[in-house]
Amino acid sequence: MIVTKAPPLPRLGKSLRRPDGMAKARGVFKFSSDLDEPGMLWGHLVRSPHPAARIAEIDISPARAMAGAAAVLLAGDVPGRPTYGLNYPDQPVFASDEVRHVGEVVAAVAADHPLTARRAAEAVAVRYEVGEPVTDPEVALRAAPVHPLGNVLAEQRVVRGDVAAEGDVVVEGYYETGMQDQAFLGTEAALAVPDGQGGIDIYVATQWLHIDQDQISASLGVPHDQVRVHLAGVGGSFGAREDLSMQIPLCLLALRTGRAVKMVFGREESFLGHVHRHPARMWYRHSADRSGRLVKVEARILLDGGAYLSSSPAVLSNVACFAAGPYRVPNAFVEATCARTNNPPCGAMRGFGSVQVCVAHEAQMDRLAAALGMDPIELRRRNALRPGDDLVTGQVLEGAVPVIELLEACSSAPLPPERHWETTEPGDLALPGGSGRAAEPLRVRRGVGVALGFKNIMFSCAFDDYSVARCRLEGGRVTITTAAAEVGQGLVTLLHQIAGEVLGTDEVVLAEASTVGIGSAGSTSASRQSVMTGGAVQAACQAVADAVLAATAARVGVPRASLQLAGGRVVSDDGCVDVPVAEAGALCGECFEETVTYQHAATAELDEKGQGDAHVAFVFSAHRAVVDVDVDLGLVKVVEMTTAQDVGRVLNPLQLVGQIEGGTSQGVGFAVMEELIVEHGRVRNPSFTDYAIPTALDMPPVRIAALVQEPQPGLPFGAKGAGEPPAISSTAAVLAAVRDATGVAVNRAPVHPPDIALALAPGTRAGQGDAGVTPS
Amino acid sequence: MSAPELLSYRLWVNGHAREVEGGRLEESLLYVLRERLGLTGTKNACEEGECGSCSVLVDGRLECSCTILAASAVGRDIVTLEGLSPGGGATALQLAFVEAGAVQCGFCTPGLVVAVTDLLARVPEPTDDEIREAISGNLCRCTGYGRIVEAVRRAARAQAAGMRTAP
Ligand code: FES
Ligand code: FES
Repeated sequence: MIVTKAPPLPRLGKSLRRPDGMAKARGVFKFSSDLDEPGMLWGHLVRSPHPAARIAEIDISPARAMAGAAAVLLAGDVPGRPTYGLNYPDQPVFASDEVRHVGEVVAAVAADHPLTARRAAEAVAVRYEVGEPVTDPEVALRAAPVHPLGNVLAEQRVVRGDVAAEGDVVVEGYYETGMQDQAFLGTEAALAVPDGQGGIDIYVATQWLHIDQDQISASLGVPHDQVRVHLAGVGGSFGAREDLSMQIPLCLLALRTGRAVKMVFGREESFLGHVHRHPARMWYRHSADRSGRLVKVEARILLDGGAYLSSSPAVLSNVACFAAGPYRVPNAFVEATCARTNNPPCGAMRGFGSVQVCVAHEAQMDRLAAALGMDPIELRRRNALRPGDDLVTGQVLEGAVPVIELLEACSSAPLPPERHWETTEPGDLALPGGSGRAAEPLRVRRGVGVALGFKNIMFSCAFDDYSVARCRLEGGRVTITTAAAEVGQGLVTLLHQIAGEVLGTDEVVLAEASTVGIGSAGSTSASRQSVMTGGAVQAACQAVADAVLAATAARVGVPRASLQLAGGRVVSDDGCVDVPVAEAGALCGECFEETVTYQHAATAELDEKGQGDAHVAFVFSAHRAVVDVDVDLGLVKVVEMTTAQDVGRVLNPLQLVGQIEGGTSQGVGFAVMEELIVEHGRVRNPSFTDYAIPTALDMPPVRIAALVQEPQPGLPFGAKGAGEPPAISSTAAVLAAVRDATGVAVNRAPVHPPDIALALAPGTRAGQGDAGVTPS
Repeated sequence: MSAPELLSYRLWVNGHAREVEGGRLEESLLYVLRERLGLTGTKNACEEGECGSCSVLVDGRLECSCTILAASAVGRDIVTLEGLSPGGGATALQLAFVEAGAVQCGFCTPGLVVAVTDLLARVPEPTDDEIREAISGNLCRCTGYGRIVEAVRRAARAQAAGMRTAP
């Protein structure tokens, strides 16, 4: 079902095929790991095996002496700024005096073969004086500083209304989310090519070219314009490529050796070499009156940020803003803190901040419904945000707020047929655990759960967020230039459609994304590119269309005011002129070129009480999960996911479905299988063997119950970004379904089989207390 | 450390003899295909036999090229993604992937195309369960598999229609 409140457009809203799709299917699309250059070297990084240690000595001579090794670099070889970081440069390019997490980079080597490079890296002899790591975020807040900047990476309170208010019914709960990995398939890879004059070109899979350029330039001590960052084919990102991975060491190796150098992370190194989703501990207290209206939400939320800052402030701000969920909450007290520890650094991942709190606020809503003896759907309906309401941050919601529509669509969708387990053979694929695990058909229980969530889109909190696009129209052909990173989501298709829409043509070419000759497009994150770079392309094309209109008036000899732009065409009042803009431009025999910067409406910082118009727009999401659980083994099979999404306007239906299904599956994975296990600062499962992501057998069909198209005022075409919302509420919905199936008060994502099986084992009482974990 | 011993050998790839000069014993088939023979259509998402992105056909069997030593594949018949459409055009399956929206970042796509080509050769009209089981060794992080399953259904239908109309 598509709920449409938007008039159709000629090109937008169609499922145009991806321009790069066939190249990818045929294997000729060049991913960053596919690049090569004659005579290139291979780089490898030396990483700390310890979560906390002092570096006593580094001996590079055995590595240097190795046949085929070309260079070994340490901290002293960094000519410019010795540190880097997305928000603040608190992370050393190479650790020199101490290491703060497992995987921290200590040295880099280049050699003539990747195996030699790896051996040379292993031969770099680092003598560590191993220290005691701080690995518990609660302990970190009281511990000696892990870093000179202290152990509080970010904190934010939200205080609203009367914090002493209390409803008739009170429910409390403790919830946890684990460390999730983005686990994109194309590991980090790049090729750096020195230009022989001190400058460098780097071809890299990244999310934000210009912020890479800023950081690389600062640490290389090479002027900005001599560091040229080019987008190489990206095999997925989901947040993990927003921070630098290898860019600075790789460029340093290339400059030092005077040769092209390529580096490709293996899967284990990828797990160690990028940020993860912040683990969260969340203490909640909800109170409501007897009719189920929320009176107050209190929450204390603690994130583990790991050793370095990365984007923790933005994640934490989201945690605080969205802690209460998409509900009317007159009184609130939220205290959110992100601690620095010796665990792996955490940062951006799809839906950040919202995903974690959704697990908690939705479990609380279910708990409250049970305490009130009320249907959980009805409780949500009663409290759902509506247009014109304000958030706990005091920000008034403008435009579309279809929370109730999403909830209705999801909860009223038909349910999948019940299984008749009595006739099922053991080993049936449909059983929890699939064919390989011995679930007992008669011990399988079905459950259904619903969850709502929401999030900001675009950058918030007074960030200067913009994107630059250039449109060039020559001989009827349109060339669009931006520095926006296509990471798999399909932005390239949308930019084609948008340019075509404004200029009335399908003859659109996208120039390669790079930092050369074009300003920043900002990050491919925060569901922002279809709005921001889409908006910039629309505006640049519109400026070209205006110029074509003026030139056409002069050419035809009519007053400018007698011509208009309509549906990608130049038309005259009398109907004598009616031609697509691109064609009209060709007829003028000129080249038209316009470069435009698109900026969204300004946002404000949150004050110390967490009040302020910090966000430019919001998206809302709903999921319903149906699960089958073997109550003896604790195995969960997700049978079906149903979702409803608030999209503003559908720009490309097929790609939107792809975002929804993909985002939903990452949420399903987080609910039932995905967790980086970190013990004493060490990641125990950095492989696809041990860090399982959903396969085609784990991931059920996704039913899209509704796409609510209510164009958002102030956004280009009224379209909201769609990358993150599908990932927000799916995890919480699956956990709710598991609780429904088992009666176990599952309070943790992901839920592991023992959390269920042990809670239901003979001698325990299901549903008593919180299964899985207890607060430390 | 002394320099590694270098090997020269011949592989049969996509119906052609390909000489490998100065290879190292520990190089995987995946590495040699990609880095020595320039066949980068075979992908390298894990190099530990867990993701299927490096899928190739060896003597007609679906294998992960990352877990095979290249020098041990001498004399075997190796078919990579590039060998599925010898003319350089697209196969019906590749077209179905693009049209069904099964390609996002596309890093998993080559391995899936090889795996599904193998499936449809063995099971021309697979059920959804058979499709899901057949591709369960190919990880995709972007799509949630819905459009991939749809692409396989479409390709199977197209293949069946083609067979029915074939003389
Ligand atoms: S690269 Fe061979 S299975 Fe993953
Ligand atoms: S399309 Fe990106 S991994 Fe499958």
